[in-house]
Amino acid sequence: MIDWQSFTPVSAFTGGMIIGLATALLLLVTGRIAGISGIVGGLIELRKGDLAWRAAFVIGLLFAPWLWRWLGELPPVHVESSHVMLVLAGLAVGIGTRYGSGCTSGHGVCGLSRLSPRSIVATISFMVTGMGVVYIIRYSLSSS
Amino acid sequence: MFILIVALLSGLIFGLGLILSGMTDPAKVLAFLDVAGSWDPSLALVMLGAISIGFLAFRAAKRRGQTLLSAPLHLPISRTIDRHLILGSLLFGAGWGLAGLCPGPSLVLAASGHSGGIIFVVAMLLGMVIFDRLEKCRQVDSKLNDRQQKNIGRE
Repeated sequence: MIDWQSFTPVSAFTGGMIIGLATALLLLVTGRIAGISGIVGGLIELRKGDLAWRAAFVIGLLFAPWLWRWLGELPPVHVESSHVMLVLAGLAVGIGTRYGSGCTSGHGVCGLSRLSPRSIVATISFMVTGMGVVYIIRYSLSSS
Repeated sequence: MFILIVALLSGLIFGLGLILSGMTDPAKVLAFLDVAGSWDPSLALVMLGAISIGFLAFRAAKRRGQTLLSAPLHLPISRTIDRHLILGSLLFGAGWGLAGLCPGPSLVLAASGHSGGIIFVVAMLLGMVIFDRLEKCRQVDSKLNDRQQKNIGRE
């Protein structure tokens, strides 16, 4: 059942287009893919001659909530997970995105925009697992 | 220098888009992944909005064959769908479903000072460092194996 009360089509689509614009800007001017896990992973690898633009992009990203807060109020967020859950999830996301060469931005946005078969497979894989894990946590574990 | 300013701007715009879209709220992401419950399809529209612009940008970039500054494009070259791609994506999806956070939104959430976001990001960076170390060990191993095999071949 669709939850029409929580559905925010306008901000979601507009926000998506802004993400697309950022991707287009990075691609057309620097020739790089705006995949966050890849950009951060390259910083961790300390790949020589390749660090400056990655650091600049991440600094811009980290500055976003500050600029937003300067202009108004950040939208409310709700973190339901326990600290242990957040650590496990973070480790899985860190290792998984590097092992699978991409995340929601690299495969989900850039890869699908390029119609890359690898990214289509990756996106289906993480979408289905994400949905499966939420199903297990919310319905299988709580009912038993 | 110009490239660095553009990268900074791109990161900033990307982050603002994430905040507006609702991706930085884990509860909203989990409501999208919860297809069996009261489903919030908003994030499908985030993807659609981003891809609609991204598709045009990648088509333009491929047609030009280079950047607007006439520098080479750095597009992924791998075309093989292998174990790494699928297992990695499955593991990522599991983590995404556990907390409702993926790399971009988690960095924005952490930067806004949210303790949950900071805990997630520290663990995620640790995960990336673990991957990096394992990968470097594997490369050293495979080089050693190559060398041993060459030696065997010589004998």
